[in-house]
Amino acid sequence: MEESAASSDLVRSGDIRATARLISMVEREDPSRLAALKALHAYVGNAHVVGITGPPGAGKSTLTDKIVSRLREQGRRVAVLAVDPSSPFTGGAILGDRIRMQRHATDDGVFIRSLATRGHLGGLSRAVSEASRVLDAAGYDFVIIETVGVGQSEVDIVRIADTVVLVSVPGLGDDIQAIKAGVMEIGDVFCVNKADKDGAERVVREIRSMLETAVLNGATTRFTPLYEARAALTRLDGGRASGGDRAPGAPSAAEGAAHHLAAAVPGHPNLEIPPVVATVAESGQGIHDLVDEILSHEASLVATGFLRSRREENLAWELGRGAAERVLSALEHDGRKESMSDLARAVLDKKIDYYDALETLERALTRS
Amino acid sequence: MERKIRVLVAKPGLDGHDRGAKVIARALRDAGMEVIYTGLRQTPEQIVSAAVQEDVDVVAMSILSGAHNHLFPRVMDLLREKGVDDVLVIGGGVIPDDDIPGLKAAGIAGVFTPGTPTTETIEFIKNNLKRGD
Repeated sequence: MEESAASSDLVRSGDIRATARLISMVEREDPSRLAALKALHAYVGNAHVVGITGPPGAGKSTLTDKIVSRLREQGRRVAVLAVDPSSPFTGGAILGDRIRMQRHATDDGVFIRSLATRGHLGGLSRAVSEASRVLDAAGYDFVIIETVGVGQSEVDIVRIADTVVLVSVPGLGDDIQAIKAGVMEIGDVFCVNKADKDGAERVVREIRSMLETAVLNGATTRFTPLYEARAALTRLDGGRASGGDRAPGAPSAAEGAAHHLAAAVPGHPNLEIPPVVATVAESGQGIHDLVDEILSHEASLVATGFLRSRREENLAWELGRGAAERVLSALEHDGRKESMSDLARAVLDKKIDYYDALETLERALTRS
Repeated sequence: MERKIRVLVAKPGLDGHDRGAKVIARALRDAGMEVIYTGLRQTPEQIVSAAVQEDVDVVAMSILSGAHNHLFPRVMDLLREKGVDDVLVIGGGVIPDDDIPGLKAAGIAGVFTPGTPTTETIEFIKNNLKRGD
């Protein structure tokens, strides 16, 4: 345990090796990591966590590389967790996201770590949230999480990130892709990369139209509550400003936050949709705008108090999942796995039904 | 959880292609290892920095250009400077037999020249890891 305390001190002091090793312990779920993580808990919560997600080949790694460069120009320290899939058969993985980011390898203000999914579905690895907290405590201002190339329902990133950037590219399919539920709903900032390719403008239009339709239909969206809270804040702020406690012409905090984020729905000046930014990551085109949008989303979350409520929601979800895992491991402990196969056999043989089996397990749990 | 072997596959120097490195990366993956691939034209500084951040068990480098006598020992020096002494470092590529003893003396644990079956490299890695925690 003393070693863990030392390790947490080293992580906080910015020791790269100690940070890297603690993340390895997190990845292999080494029980001795817990002492260090507990010691770091008090220092977690300062980093802004940004998720970059989108289909394979959308250019997520190149975008991440350019976002890192831009944040470094602004003097921010940045950590990247880049997730790639493990083979479901051999357990091996090729983690190649780093190729696009190696220019930052020798920059002390950048830490890049590749993670394999190790069987986890949902676009991330199980280690991501703990690893993100380690990097947060290590003093990075931003933790950027690049998901695996996702399809339509790998949305775990919303449970971890404060700001989700959803990356699309031209040429993926017809416009029905943009109205499907799932991945397309999770963006706080939308990015259409490879905007120099044919069809990019159409993708931008389709995403805008999808978002506008959701707002006009009154659908529950991820962004509407934030925009409403921010609008209310702006009104409040405007009222106070007319009282004269602000220099004429100076933007308020809320206005600063609102400067970029969101575009009005045509014909409905009070309805807003998230920004859709066209980029060419390879050349750097549009990257300043994209980073500005990420920063104004962060500012809006902070100004409205939504950062806190989003994190609360996400933590509650993570606790639920952690509890389920503990229950499962309690049930599998001490030869109970045997009884789980016994139960499965009994269900297959029609001696009991599935729900009887569940009740048996529940009773076993309350006894333990 | 079972311990995964993490390997950094790196191409130091100015080689124009990385076919060989990709073949070995793929073979290591198929052997169940996690392979971090960093691409072409890496400096020793970039390689060592990536090895530390990725907390790898193995650094596998490949050079075709003939600069191995300079670049491989340089990587070893930088690792030592950072206090990293538990990473297995191996090298491959076009390396004359006469150069191998010198590279081994510099700390390159194994040198694999063209034609070496990938299974041999995999066995070597599994049998020579420097850490098992």
